[in-house]
Amino acid sequence: MEGSKCAITLSVNGTSYTREVEARLLLVHFLRDELGLTGTHVGCDTSQCGACTVLLDGKAVKSCTVLAVQADGCEVTTIEGLGRIDKLHPVQEGFWEKHGLQCGFCTPGVIMTAAGLLNENPHPTEEEIREGLEGVICRCTGYQNIVRAIQYAADRTPEVEPEPAVEVAASAPTGGAQELTRQEGEDA
Amino acid sequence: MSTVFGQVVKRREDPRFITGRGQYTDDVQLPGMLYAAILRSPHAHARIIGIDVEAAKRAPGVVAVYTGRDLAERMGSVPTAWIPPESDLKTPPHRALAVDKVRYVGDGVAMVIADTRYAARDALDLISVQYEVLPAVVNQVEAMENGAPVLHAEAPDNVAFHWQIGNATDEVFAQAEVVVRHTIRQQRLVPNPMEPRASVAQYNPATGELTVWVTSQNPHIHRFVLSGILGIPEHRLRVVATDVGGGFGAKIAVYPDEALVAFAAMDLGRPVKWTEDRREHFLVTTHGRDHVEELELAGTRDGRIQAIRVRAYANMGAYLSTAAPGVPTILFGLIVPGPYTIPYVGVDVYGVFTNTTPTDAYRGAGRPEATYLLERMVDLYAREIRMDPVEVRRRNLIPADEFPYHTPTGLEYDSGNYHLALSRALDMADYDGFRRKQQELRAQGRHVGVGVTTYVEICGLGPSQVAGAVGFQGGLWESSTVRVHPTGKVTVFTGSSPHGQGEETTFAQIVADKLGVLVEDVEVVHGDTARISMGWGTYGSRTTPVAGSALAVALDRVLEKARRIAAHMLEVSAEDVECEDGRFYAKGAKSRSVSFQDVALQAHLAWNLPQGVEPSLEAQAFYDPANFTYSFGTHICMVEVDTDTGDVRIDRYIAVDDCGRVINPMIAEGQVHGGIVQGIGQALWEGAVYDEQGQLVTGTLMDYAMPKARFFPNFETAFTETPSPHNPLGVKGIGETGTIAATPTVVNAVLDALAPFGVREIQMPLTPERVWRSIQEGGQRS
Ligand code: FES
Ligand code: FES
Repeated sequence: MEGSKCAITLSVNGTSYTREVEARLLLVHFLRDELGLTGTHVGCDTSQCGACTVLLDGKAVKSCTVLAVQADGCEVTTIEGLGRIDKLHPVQEGFWEKHGLQCGFCTPGVIMTAAGLLNENPHPTEEEIREGLEGVICRCTGYQNIVRAIQYAADRTPEVEPEPAVEVAASAPTGGAQELTRQEGEDA
Repeated sequence: MSTVFGQVVKRREDPRFITGRGQYTDDVQLPGMLYAAILRSPHAHARIIGIDVEAAKRAPGVVAVYTGRDLAERMGSVPTAWIPPESDLKTPPHRALAVDKVRYVGDGVAMVIADTRYAARDALDLISVQYEVLPAVVNQVEAMENGAPVLHAEAPDNVAFHWQIGNATDEVFAQAEVVVRHTIRQQRLVPNPMEPRASVAQYNPATGELTVWVTSQNPHIHRFVLSGILGIPEHRLRVVATDVGGGFGAKIAVYPDEALVAFAAMDLGRPVKWTEDRREHFLVTTHGRDHVEELELAGTRDGRIQAIRVRAYANMGAYLSTAAPGVPTILFGLIVPGPYTIPYVGVDVYGVFTNTTPTDAYRGAGRPEATYLLERMVDLYAREIRMDPVEVRRRNLIPADEFPYHTPTGLEYDSGNYHLALSRALDMADYDGFRRKQQELRAQGRHVGVGVTTYVEICGLGPSQVAGAVGFQGGLWESSTVRVHPTGKVTVFTGSSPHGQGEETTFAQIVADKLGVLVEDVEVVHGDTARISMGWGTYGSRTTPVAGSALAVALDRVLEKARRIAAHMLEVSAEDVECEDGRFYAKGAKSRSVSFQDVALQAHLAWNLPQGVEPSLEAQAFYDPANFTYSFGTHICMVEVDTDTGDVRIDRYIAVDDCGRVINPMIAEGQVHGGIVQGIGQALWEGAVYDEQGQLVTGTLMDYAMPKARFFPNFETAFTETPSPHNPLGVKGIGETGTIAATPTVVNAVLDALAPFGVREIQMPLTPERVWRSIQEGGQRS
């Protein structure tokens, strides 16, 4: 049932928003319906598909498994904020170069997952990439070109410097959101 | 001509998708929009005694609640659109919301409209429905037995249709040297495109115009059918499906849901959105496959296949979905002889109602079922006569000089070189080397196996005359309009409706190739009935051969007119004009030329056009193909089975496909990759399971195993190119080949690995448990 509203303040793609939201509102619905950022998709209801993946304080999380109130005080990066068309993030560039997408529906989530992966492991092996995609499902591509796309991005990631666009935010993550979603994503 | 045809060109659709600027149906936001949620039956079979919606109506945010009774007089039945001839097809009504009886778990019972997604869902819990639960039947063979629960009064034996074709007689089998008999089950699958189905409808009462955004592979079919269900004239109905997040057949059908949403939008005068959740997708969106097949193959001791006979029981679910009756009949039965010179073929199919989700096309639709049974039988036959399965295939493949080839089922295969694809794949795989290594590894107690599939696929669904003859209630031609703007930029309007296949790019390549313009200067518009005059959509690997050909014909018309205008500008006759790389030259005087852009401008200014030439530069074509076209190829898979755990590891996967001329190798290869993964999904992991009460126990992505990235090695792919002789581009289809070939390839590989255990059959999906059990039960080591 409709619950009481809570005020939250969070930064999405560098812009700060303050909103009154229902306590039960999922972050993904906040992004899509409240902010009109429809690049983040919903593909399932059991935290399996990863279409909803965004970066929460630099870490890839499934925004269907985070409440908007849990993101209070956090920095969220969605696909719309990862790179611009005239200055693509290397992962976006890789997906375009290597045909890492077909219907494009899983793509924002897979790209954010890959960005998160490279954030933690800038030069993964192919096996590490395939393992790192455990939390996402793509029904179209057969994954091979997604792997190539991520390798392309990794090849363009400098050895030492982390990518600025997915830099881990200085502020400490709040709440248990990350742990929660990552666990749920992994037991698929 | 430029060389852009056949080249890798990066996809033109990608920039919007990689930056989150796609426009999928659920992304449509309209002022004043309401949200729909649909209450679904929890029972597989039950009578509705009563429904109390009062509490739901009073819930916060709720605007309206509808039940089946409210709509019975106001909405038509949801029809099937494929009526195979001489099949005694029954078409019991399919109400958008059930009125007296529910027939599967998920059948719609009531719809709530509220001002938010959450409020609509909350209110579903407040509806109370009184059911009288009836016995259910989920298995199609049991449904045909005496005394089985009856779903529809119109089909008292639950048989929806019975269809037969072929010339195989008992005598052929009685006289054969070798007869192999086998029964297999091809399990039920859930298509699971990553975008759930969704629909948004907006109605303008003043103009009477209804716009429906819907996740559709064929918006014009949606318009045609919805117009009938809703009683809205077709010219006041616009259907939009621009970005669609995968379909795989599941977005061909016109479902009750989009009709309900449209009805509510008209009734309430406000826009309404409905999006299924994944659980609803599992319950309500059409499933695929689900056949039980009794099989017989007759052959000689020296490896010549003489006859194949199939009796198939196809589970149609509770209602006949839009294209459903065509899938286990026309798209299945006609291709049963596959790529082989089999003189006698017999196919006998029962389509059966059960208390399960309706089935319909799923990637390959009928053709994977035919290929699976054939390839399994060929391997069993090879085993029976102790011949290498590749050698058996070699002895039976249709030779390259026998095309066009006529099958005993009435098809005419247009072109092919099956032996070439086979030998190419064998080389890539080092098949003989693998066989030697297999012996060595077996001696060490390791169990590797190889599966080889040679296949042929019906694609390019058309021509319309055939569509009519086989009972498809539509045409199968395609339209294309080419509009050249005054600056020489080009917009193409295509009646096909790609949703991941990349035709915004490959069609732009066709334009660039013909007109000599840049790929960047071409825009391909699809998926909107207000912008595109007509089309039959994207399925059956028909987009490139049929819609691509329509485009080629329209381009020729544009070029012809441009040539006349250019001749006039160059002051020579049209026959004396040559066209190359976007410029028109006076024959023999290369210095005198005008560009395509100059011509486009003059065509629009129309200050000085040749006599009898109309202004503007635009052409339309309605292309009806002369025949189906037939892609083919060979797939090879090598696996290792861990006999302690039953785990199957795919070591190598090789695919050599022939789809005629390849427009963009990168995109064609991508189609093959995706298809293979879906085919392997069926072989090893996927399967929809009902319990005896008709509850779907694999109803979420937690229970239904979808292929993941780490399950696969890199696939090794190649193409041979045997052009289709009857379409202007020489192209065939590539969207379904991988799925068609991969399933038997992998299963045969596993069975080959387990041959020493005497294992002949493992029920798909080949989960570790089933593989392990089959080893235990398989008999003695030989
Ligand atoms: S929507 Fe599927 S994991 Fe979030
Ligand atoms: S591109 Fe369609 S689901 Fe991944």
